[in-house]
Amino acid sequence: MSSLLEVSGVSKTFDGFRAINDLSIQISEPELRAIIGPNGAGKTTFMDIVTGKTKPDEGRVLWGERNESLLGLSEAEIANKGIGRKFQKPTVFEEQTVRQNLAMALKNPRGPFAVLFHRKTAQGAARIEEIASEIGLTDQLTRTAGELSHGQKQWLEIGMLLAQDPRLLLVDEPAAGMTAEEREKTTDILRRAAQTRAVVVVEHDMEFVRRLDCKVTVLHEGHVLAEGTLDHVTADPTVIDVYLGRTDA
Amino acid sequence: MLRILAALILSLGFAALAQAQDLQPVLQDHADEIAKPSRSSVSTALDALIASGLPQVTPFLEAWTDKGIWQRDADGMFFYGNAKGSDLTLRNIDTGAETTVSTVGHTELRPNGGVRRVIGTALVQFQLADPDITRRLSAIDSIARRPDADQLIPLLGSIDTEPDPTLKARKIQLANFLSASFAEDVADRIAAIDSLARDTSIEARAVLNQILSVSSQVTADEPTGGIARILSVGRDLTEAEAYERLVAANLAPPTIPPVAIRDALAANVIEGRVGGIPTAQLGTDATRAQAYAALAASGSVLPFVTPQDQSTAIANHTFYEAYDQDDTAITDAARAALSSVETRVAASRFADLALDGLSLASIYFLAAIGLAITFGVMGVINMAHGEFIMMGAYTGYVVQQFVPDYTLSIIIALPLAFAVTFGAGVAMERLVIRHLYHRPLETLLATFGISIALQQLAKNIFGTQARPLTSPGWLDGAWVLSDVIQISYIRIAIFVLALLFLGLILYILKRTRLGLEVRAVTQNPGMAASMGIDPDRINMMTFGLGSGIAGIAGVAIGLYAKVTSEMGADYIVQSFMTVVVGGVGNVWGTLAGASLIGFLQKGIEWLNPSNTLAAQTYMVLFIILFIQFRPKGIVAQKGRAAAD
Amino acid sequence: MTTGFLVTNRSVRWFLLALALFTAVVAFGSEASGAGLISTSLVKTLGKTLCLCLIAVAMDVVWGYCGILSLGHFAFFGIGGYAIGMWLMYARTEGIVMSSLSGQVIPPTPQEVSDAIGSQIFGVVGSSDFPLVWAFADSLSLQLLMVIVVPGLLALVFGWLAFRSRVTGVYLSILTQAMTLALSLYLFQNDSGLRGNNGLSGLQNIPGFEGTSQATISLVFFLASACALALGYILFAWVVAGKMGSVVKGIRDNEARVRFLGYRVEGYKLFVFTLTAVVSGIAGALYYPQAGIINPAEIAPIASIYLAVWVAIGGRGRLYGAVIGAALVSLLSSWFTGGGAPDVNLGIYRIQWTDWWLVLLGLSFVGVTLFFPKGIGGLFDYIVRKPS
Repeated sequence: MSSLLEVSGVSKTFDGFRAINDLSIQISEPELRAIIGPNGAGKTTFMDIVTGKTKPDEGRVLWGERNESLLGLSEAEIANKGIGRKFQKPTVFEEQTVRQNLAMALKNPRGPFAVLFHRKTAQGAARIEEIASEIGLTDQLTRTAGELSHGQKQWLEIGMLLAQDPRLLLVDEPAAGMTAEEREKTTDILRRAAQTRAVVVVEHDMEFVRRLDCKVTVLHEGHVLAEGTLDHVTADPTVIDVYLGRTDA
Repeated sequence: MLRILAALILSLGFAALAQAQDLQPVLQDHADEIAKPSRSSVSTALDALIASGLPQVTPFLEAWTDKGIWQRDADGMFFYGNAKGSDLTLRNIDTGAETTVSTVGHTELRPNGGVRRVIGTALVQFQLADPDITRRLSAIDSIARRPDADQLIPLLGSIDTEPDPTLKARKIQLANFLSASFAEDVADRIAAIDSLARDTSIEARAVLNQILSVSSQVTADEPTGGIARILSVGRDLTEAEAYERLVAANLAPPTIPPVAIRDALAANVIEGRVGGIPTAQLGTDATRAQAYAALAASGSVLPFVTPQDQSTAIANHTFYEAYDQDDTAITDAARAALSSVETRVAASRFADLALDGLSLASIYFLAAIGLAITFGVMGVINMAHGEFIMMGAYTGYVVQQFVPDYTLSIIIALPLAFAVTFGAGVAMERLVIRHLYHRPLETLLATFGISIALQQLAKNIFGTQARPLTSPGWLDGAWVLSDVIQISYIRIAIFVLALLFLGLILYILKRTRLGLEVRAVTQNPGMAASMGIDPDRINMMTFGLGSGIAGIAGVAIGLYAKVTSEMGADYIVQSFMTVVVGGVGNVWGTLAGASLIGFLQKGIEWLNPSNTLAAQTYMVLFIILFIQFRPKGIVAQKGRAAAD
Repeated sequence: MTTGFLVTNRSVRWFLLALALFTAVVAFGSEASGAGLISTSLVKTLGKTLCLCLIAVAMDVVWGYCGILSLGHFAFFGIGGYAIGMWLMYARTEGIVMSSLSGQVIPPTPQEVSDAIGSQIFGVVGSSDFPLVWAFADSLSLQLLMVIVVPGLLALVFGWLAFRSRVTGVYLSILTQAMTLALSLYLFQNDSGLRGNNGLSGLQNIPGFEGTSQATISLVFFLASACALALGYILFAWVVAGKMGSVVKGIRDNEARVRFLGYRVEGYKLFVFTLTAVVSGIAGALYYPQAGIINPAEIAPIASIYLAVWVAIGGRGRLYGAVIGAALVSLLSSWFTGGGAPDVNLGIYRIQWTDWWLVLLGLSFVGVTLFFPKGIGGLFDYIVRKPS
């Protein structure tokens, strides 16, 4: 198991507020990792830094076997390196069909002229079908994405990530606002995805994390507080103090 | 002339002795010179008049130059006369007794221009010492207008006895000018010139420039005299200009311009040929030159001066500028004084430019601050903001139709304009904008629709011609600091108004309940609502406030520019620039943006004063580039929210 | 190139059919064909309207599809007009000058010809020298190239600067408006080399066709405009049809998402911005020979805003909507402001449409934005249900 993403000593300050403070995390490939922490622990900022949306004040973000630095690359370049990101709020293209949404995400040349002269291929169509069945939207392919239910939109977004064929998936609160049944299905999709690639799930919901059954990193005030199995970290007294103690209260 | 001066000084001394005498006998002694004066003969008469030292002399000289003196043909007596039709009212020169007679048998004295100037100079010498201050003032003005070497000594003589301190300073200044130009002694002149180095007035610079006046010279030998500079052909003047000077100085034959060649060729066509070349082939310069050379060889036209001839002639001569003033000590002193003056003037110009920039910045600030509130704080694009400015200006105009007192009308117009545009802003927010809060681009378009409609409406009501918005009398004129630095009161008023608004808006936003609620709604509308703040009401009030300020800005701008239905459109893009450059959502940002744009625009205009359109073009280009490098503006919004 | 979209996209076929019918009716009814049912001035108005429809389609692509509310596309239109206008004016003046000089005994030198043309063209701004921008004015092919290259380059440079620093939304709109303002202010100067506020005139006279009647010339330009509109429509329908359309619409709806999918959003925006600018330039090059005159006032920021108004009223995000909006509003405008509309007598007040049309337009525009964000084209959705 080699390290795919290595974040080390990263700090970021917003207007005097330390969102990330000397954060170091390593993700391997394949791996399923859950990141938990109270509000303001720096989970979203961590994702922003990895995907190039936010530039850190200090620290390193290294990627892949050749340890390339991701700092200074644009969002699109980082995405093309193989990092996919799902937002907290489902963001799919609501005016386009499910098939168009997935087709846009398919791993193909991304330049304007390549896209302009792009022809649909049988391979591409087959891949779309495959992903659609993976996320359970085979019957919905011709529907407009805006008409889907909340849970379906979340799955479509995960499907778009899978279509990108990334090596690392960053998933922000995938279970928010889902029914119990939908959560179960989401867990399945993520665990299957994690068999061939790295998947990092940021989540609030302990039950959902337990079901993922994976290594857990606890963030607090922009810093790693504890790391290990869920049972291990929940037994950690500092974790109980800052996080579980509060949410249970 | 010196005799006159001597006589004048004498006369001043003996004025008391001469008091009781009559002027008429003196006049009669020189009746011929006075009745038919010439420039040379008149001085004899003037000498005598001045020597008499009589108080009647001054009014007599004044009347004489004004064609107000008549002579009775019968006995040659002189009178003040005033002709009305054929009636003539005569007034005795000494007693002032009046009689009305017929113009027949009387002759009006009509001294010619040259004589009048001589009389005027003599008169000035009298007037300089006149007890009446207005007389002395007009004498000083007359000297300043037409400085003359003769005036120097009487002017110097009158300084010591001058009781009025302002006038005395003015006399000293003027005496300096005259000494610099006319003093007999070189050392005196240089001393006077040196003293001008501290004077930045236009008059002083004119005096120095006069001393330094040059004439262009050309010579085949070594240049002589006071050389201002040697001109280098190609840098200081073009070859064509240089050759023209040679021609003008008869040092070279004139060139034959292409038009003259063509005309000469056309005049010498023989059997379809010129100089043996068929006319059809004369469509190039080369064949024309050939044909012309053939004509010149036969002697029928002047020989052509080739470019080589011209270059040789130019190379054999030296072009230079020589001072009209021969004494190099004087020109050196004047040059040093002028350069010192110019340094001072440049500093003053810079200060003046800064004041101009400041007042332009105030105007931009006033125009933009309302927008900064609606756009910056609420994120609403109001393209009709310019039309609110226009509405404010027209409100002022309408008020002035009913209230004729300008001061009172402006005092009424300011709050009324605020009320009108506040109402318009609230109505617009209620009817249109609140439905579009989540679609900013569409707000831009909808408010643009309102802007078109309002503009046309104003055109329908007030017509297309500019309407006046007259400022009160006490705002007329300018505060003059020196000949270079001056600023009109209206601009000062606008600056003060801008400062007031800056303070007012900072107060409202930072210190009042409304400001607190506005900031709360801006930062987190949901949270604000849950704390009992009604976002609808706050949005309405904020929009009304921003619009109301536009109305007041309209009155201010209307006082300084003209009121037309399109005046808003002139300010809208500038206002947006101001807000965007300054940084959205911040009053200080707007101030910084207005200052940057105001000063920069004046700066660019100064670099290229002939072309304000070009200045605006460069200004806009600068803003486009500026936004590239600081997309958030000068005063960027901080925090995580700004990163999105 | 995939042509499948022509088969699947019914609106393109309907549009082309309607345009073909309209063109045929005008062509056969025009004075040039002998029927004389449609006056030459009407043919010109209709030809100009087609050009406006073309730029409206371009505007719809950049705004309705890509979400960039450009307030600068009319500047590109104007540049196209200036580029072709320079040749038209130069070539025509050259013809006049040559014929007046040919009577002389001594034939003129090239310099004399050039000076004479220069003083004819620039006498009005007190100059007779040819500015640098006129370097290629004697060549039709080079000026035609400039119709494409100049707007394209300007859009490329401006767009690169703006998109690179991620200026979006209303900021971008204001920035494009500033660009338009700078250009029009520049052209207003007498030393801009383009005759200041006099602009270029006499463009309706086509050099080399002095013997041809205006009826024929206007019909030819009408047909050319119709062809340009048809080709432009097909081009843009193709661009927005396939995966390109998906990405472009994606950028409009959620720029960040597209970025995280690995697309370089700046490149796409730049492509759309530049392509539409070039088409706008072509539309302008066809428009101004029919209008006969171009001056800097045509480029003023207000013109670009009207363009946005047409597209909004016609309906964004559908190409035929832009055509409907541009045709309807511009024709209505000329009808109302030209005094064609009858006054309305209210007893106490007489509404003269020459004065009140803009008020009506402004308010109806507010109404459309508030109540019909999809514009007139949106009404078609009720009639024609697009197959999904």
